[in-house]
Amino acid sequence: MQDSLQSTYKQLEQKSKYTNIFLRWFLYFILILFASYFIFPLYVMIVTSLKTMEEIRQGTLLTWPSALNFDSWAVAWGGRGYGAGDTFLKPYFWNSIKMVVPAVFFSTFIGAMAGYVLTKWRFKGDKWVFLFLLFGCFIPYQAILLPMARTLGVLGISNSVIGLVLVHTVYGIPFTTLFFRNFYVSIPTELVKAARIDGAGFFKIFFKILLPISAPIIVVTVIWQFTQIWNDFLFGSTFSFGEAAPIQVALNNMVLSSTSVKEYNVDMASAIIAGIPTLIVYVLAGKYFIRGLTSGAVKG
Amino acid sequence: MKTLKIKELSKNFGTTEVLRKINLEIDEGNFLVLLGPSGCGKSTLLNIIAGLETINEGNVFIDDYNVSKVEPKDRNIAMVFQSYALYPSMNVRENMIFGLKQAKTSKEKIEEQLEKVSKFLQVDQLLERKPSQLSGGQRQRVAIGRALVREPRIFLFDEPLSNLDAKLRVEMRREIKKLHQQLKTTVVYVTHDQTEAMSLGTNIAIMNHGVIQQNDTPENIYNKPSNTFVADFIGSPSMNLIKGNLKENSGDIFFVASGSNLEVPIKDYDFKDKSNLNNKEVFFGIRPEHIFFKKLHETYFEITLRADLSEYIGHEQIVTFDYANQEVLAKFSSTIKIELAKEIRLYFDLTQASLFDAQTQERI
Repeated sequence: MQDSLQSTYKQLEQKSKYTNIFLRWFLYFILILFASYFIFPLYVMIVTSLKTMEEIRQGTLLTWPSALNFDSWAVAWGGRGYGAGDTFLKPYFWNSIKMVVPAVFFSTFIGAMAGYVLTKWRFKGDKWVFLFLLFGCFIPYQAILLPMARTLGVLGISNSVIGLVLVHTVYGIPFTTLFFRNFYVSIPTELVKAARIDGAGFFKIFFKILLPISAPIIVVTVIWQFTQIWNDFLFGSTFSFGEAAPIQVALNNMVLSSTSVKEYNVDMASAIIAGIPTLIVYVLAGKYFIRGLTSGAVKG
Repeated sequence: MKTLKIKELSKNFGTTEVLRKINLEIDEGNFLVLLGPSGCGKSTLLNIIAGLETINEGNVFIDDYNVSKVEPKDRNIAMVFQSYALYPSMNVRENMIFGLKQAKTSKEKIEEQLEKVSKFLQVDQLLERKPSQLSGGQRQRVAIGRALVREPRIFLFDEPLSNLDAKLRVEMRREIKKLHQQLKTTVVYVTHDQTEAMSLGTNIAIMNHGVIQQNDTPENIYNKPSNTFVADFIGSPSMNLIKGNLKENSGDIFFVASGSNLEVPIKDYDFKDKSNLNNKEVFFGIRPEHIFFKKLHETYFEITLRADLSEYIGHEQIVTFDYANQEVLAKFSSTIKIELAKEIRLYFDLTQASLFDAQTQERI
């Protein structure tokens, strides 16, 4: 009796062991499959950008370049050095930076303020204000093009970086407000009450008490806004042209309006350059994001 | 002069009435506990005293000065919150002196206060730490310290011990009591825990549905509850309320439980109104701890009841008896052996009994 029971357990143990090993390998297989699926386009881009046009024409998509050749990167960034018709990314890259930094700053700051008011200084009709702001998240880009173009015209800032900063700030506020509102809702209102009894006012409570503990949500908002604004093409192409265009518009012009021969290596290098800042933001801020989440300084 | 006076205060959120015509007074140095079930309005009342909540009707006076429209910071009060509400980004020192800095207190005065209070509360070793690096008890101490450094006229406590575990709660309760004994500052303390209320308060105001049910000393609240709500709310297990009628027989008054013939004599009971007692429908209230297994005193009333259930809880046991189909709970030492489903002779201490009008639920 005792022995037969023991052997039954042994069999069960063996069986579950094999099942576990199989499942583990299956899991790795799936993970590797998906990972390669996602990494594949990036691989093609990098490899192609390092090849010469000769190599591209002769080899396949996947072949390695014969030598590390950064010429196409130089061309994409700084151009070929002849006058008219030479489009390259450098000036537009700085346009984008000049647009992104203030737009991200203002939209994040205004969103933080709005979230603070909506959660900690409740007023009559605050639910409606929030509802309308939320509604703003669902308005498609295309719907605001015409009214915004008119507004920029009246303000006299169409086709300028300042105009784009305004557009992106306004369009970003619903999202940033939503982020901050949801974050501040989870922070005990007793904190604000305590500060009020201690004699701190509206702004002091915001800057001294709430903002210092908002790092996680600031990082989330900055990542979101930076990506949105940097990668935007529609607003950029609608409200700006020529010199004032942001990088995504310039990239499009470069790739589509180039002369007879399609220079895939330069196109790929340009596309990567245009994508690098968002990657950097993810890599740098992503670390702080996780750190912010795990510090858990708010809850008792 | 009353340190705190609340007059005819009413408050509603939209159409919900939270507080109704509240009147309260506290003398200097007293410890008032606002006690009641959740949603009774006690925290709202405290927030109104602090000035964190607006008033719909009525007024709040501190030292006879009407502060109804005065900002929280100018009311000369300090508050300790349930979640401690320590500023997470500041260390203990910054937390404690934040209020003084806002009030533009001189540097020397701030340092002096900080040193005095942090020594007093034994948090002087923790001054450089962030709140997240403190234990629950330490956080509580710092929160109290933050209130203390301001030397307020009135301390407001909003369920300060609810977030602590049972053992720490008892310790901190004693410390708050000690604190009050030493400082003799006026305190208003909100809790839903009756043990806390009983042990801390010099006065307890029991609230329900936005109305103060009884405002009295802990002894009177326990011994002479003014209505069935208070009788039921205070005590664990709560007071037995046995339904029945009063009988008047040649000057003597008896209680007869519904469905029983036994006449329980009501002698030396302090009736508010002696008229019209005959046949009055009442609740006869007796606490489980006033039912005895032995006749310890001449005046105890002997009664025989059937034991139905026994709950053992360590140092004592709670036994459920059947009294003419009504449940009666009694508390005995756990050393006593009770045989279930048997008639057992018990003794009621009638001097501790209460009578309530069955219609109005008020004490008679």
